[in-house]
Amino acid sequence: MYVAVKGGERAIGNAHAWLDEARRGDPALPELSVEQVEQQLGLAVDRVMAEGSCYDRGLAALAVKQARGDLIEAAFLLRAYRTTLARFGSSEPVETGAMRIQRRISATYKDLPGGQVLGPTFDYTHRLLDFALAAEREAVPPAPEAPADPAPMPRVTELLAREGLMRRDATDDAEPPDLTRDPPSFPVPRAAWLQALARGDEGFLLGLGYSTQRGYGNSHPFAGEIRMGEVTVEFTPPELGFAIELGEVVLTECQMVNQFAGSKSEPPQFTRGYGLVFGHGERKAMAMALVDRGLRSAELGEPTDAPAQSQEFVLYHCDNVEATGFVEHLKLPHYVDFQSELEKVRALRREAGR
Amino acid sequence: MTEAGYNFGYLDENTKRMIRRALLQAVALPGYQVPFGSREMPLPYGWGTGGIQVTASIIGADDTLKVIDQGADDTTNAVSIRRFFNRVTGVATTDRTAEATIIQTRHRVPEMTLREGQVLVYQVPMPEPLFRLEPRVAETKRMHALADYGLMHVKLYEDIARHGAVTTSYNYPVLVNRRYLMSPSPIPAFDNPKLDRMPALQLFGAGREKRIYAVPPYTEVKSLDFEDHPFKPARADAACVICGSRASYLDELIVDDGGKRHFVCSDTDYCASRPPLQEAAE
Amino acid sequence: MISAGFADPAQDSQRSFRAVLEAISRPGRIFALPPLAEPPAPLRGALASVLLTLADADTPVWLDAAAPLDWLRFHCGCPVVAQPGAARFVVATGAMPALAGLARGTEEEPHLAATLLLQVASLRAGEGWRLTGPGIEREHRLAVAGLPADFLAQWAANAAGFPRGVDIVLCAGDSLACLPRTVRIEEAG
Repeated sequence: MYVAVKGGERAIGNAHAWLDEARRGDPALPELSVEQVEQQLGLAVDRVMAEGSCYDRGLAALAVKQARGDLIEAAFLLRAYRTTLARFGSSEPVETGAMRIQRRISATYKDLPGGQVLGPTFDYTHRLLDFALAAEREAVPPAPEAPADPAPMPRVTELLAREGLMRRDATDDAEPPDLTRDPPSFPVPRAAWLQALARGDEGFLLGLGYSTQRGYGNSHPFAGEIRMGEVTVEFTPPELGFAIELGEVVLTECQMVNQFAGSKSEPPQFTRGYGLVFGHGERKAMAMALVDRGLRSAELGEPTDAPAQSQEFVLYHCDNVEATGFVEHLKLPHYVDFQSELEKVRALRREAGR
Repeated sequence: MTEAGYNFGYLDENTKRMIRRALLQAVALPGYQVPFGSREMPLPYGWGTGGIQVTASIIGADDTLKVIDQGADDTTNAVSIRRFFNRVTGVATTDRTAEATIIQTRHRVPEMTLREGQVLVYQVPMPEPLFRLEPRVAETKRMHALADYGLMHVKLYEDIARHGAVTTSYNYPVLVNRRYLMSPSPIPAFDNPKLDRMPALQLFGAGREKRIYAVPPYTEVKSLDFEDHPFKPARADAACVICGSRASYLDELIVDDGGKRHFVCSDTDYCASRPPLQEAAE
Repeated sequence: MISAGFADPAQDSQRSFRAVLEAISRPGRIFALPPLAEPPAPLRGALASVLLTLADADTPVWLDAAAPLDWLRFHCGCPVVAQPGAARFVVATGAMPALAGLARGTEEEPHLAATLLLQVASLRAGEGWRLTGPGIEREHRLAVAGLPADFLAQWAANAAGFPRGVDIVLCAGDSLACLPRTVRIEEAG
């Protein structure tokens, strides 16, 4: 008798109960609170907000807890929640030039107005496991603080632009497309691919950005500037007609500077690749900026044969919720198709044996 | 009773309207893939998000829903999707093909001939029939516009030249209403003839790829072939050990360590509606 | 005073949609919609229900009557355009706008075509035109009162452009029938 798939409903219920138990772990240990996740696994929360494209630390922390630390699963949970939310409108563009800086570095200038601010970075830590962290610690002494420098921190690319050395990107006041509402029709405008990259998988973009450095896309990038901090989000309700402040979000922005040999109509100059992500996501912002520059190759009259230069390749494959779904769906039953393949292979072998 | 906090059918009314408009265009363009603003569903891509969005956009309180995966109502994903609709619509569900007004399916077409008034909703992983031959969507779009399906004919011809037969055994491409090349979804080629001039409406949803397409009732659906190599649907040359059917599509089961094989109907409702064989008959 | 739309938007629009889906799947067959309490004149029940079911902020609408505009904007929130050629839904309660002047999509994107919602005097099954094509087992018969004299010539030109082309929803009172661009129409004979 055929019992393999009977009782599916009960099996699912039992699996969910087991999942719940496994998530909790040893009940003798205190349960992890959502607040602890939010505070102490903050970069996981940031990544989930970025790839879940929903800025809510509490919900992202809940998703991380519910997903047992599987960050792609957590991003999926957050997206599935986000899609049910009513839309009241779009915010005004955020001004990253007015960011309240926690970190700001430039690899292209030794010093520049506003200075270099290292911020909370792993960059110069020695990657030695810190066994002190394995034990409960006394309160961590606060890091030394200096008074904030009131001087403005102009973006490095602005400094280059004033000298005429940075290519002015076409500005466009058109409403940007929204890939979560309308399917892309290729070729898409830059605003559409920036949206896709900002939501895209950090690992995928990292590999793709890396490939542009290794010759698949011929880029010569300099990290013109990376900045991270709070920016103000404003919204203009139609009934008011003026912008009101909704709050602040932490963003990481990266501007990669690339040489551009120029064309018949343009002198040699620098071009930029742009990365912007929710939270503190420096690796992602940098990789995004490399891939953005790769995708601009068509606009700049450069070859477009590397993976990071193909809109379809990048946009169709950078979304980890889509990718994980299609890869993982292979574990769903496929025995009907497999049966047809079995019959086909047997028939072809009979034919070949004759 | 439906899940608190969610609209009937889970999707909001704006989304349903967008999908409904896409469905009407799809029916007017048999076999053409209509792009739609696929939403992020609470089930993973690949689990049937396209079919679920189509079903959620057409289902009403008077409907009776059947969900099958691999032909069976009791496969885990079919159970899960049926439960989802039960939670978000409260509509009646059934295992009986004859009683259903909407049948959502993955990988099979029921054995029973469907009738007018029924809608068959297919879950589609990859709507583009040409994708293995040309992965660029901008290119395949152009080919569909020109009805330029030479690539596919060459592929099938090369199969025959090399192997004496077409090697595709499922997701076998069809030409709809003599115009659009269409993926019938990964159903076995055995099921292809059922699509041709089916009295029921057939709708196809691909969530991750954001495409909807349709075959209206009584519409010609032709599996691609050549005059000297006509299309031949295949099934295992065996009888179901439960009902004895030699006409239905069969699943192959390995029943012992020696590799002994049994065959049973893939369509569980079809099998259950037939008189069982006597024990000895096996 | 703007008259009411659907009493239960989720359920009523689902019922109307299923009728339209069945109608476009079985061209020429007549389907009755649940009556609408107060359709705004000159729109009758079926045409008003189809708009409530399908039109919204994403669908520009052209309308040949001014009276229902407030109703339309209030219930559907759709942009109203001045040229029929710019509309996704073209609504005609009087003379039919020329089909050739409506959006017919492109060869690559034929789904970007307009749908003409045409209110006619009457629809009768079992007599009149002979319809064949996808959705029809042998033939459907449909008699339509209130179409321009050259309708069949316009329709033949529309169908010849397949996959580009306009689909028509014929509405009479609380009933409707559809003519998708795939349907072939022959004069009664």
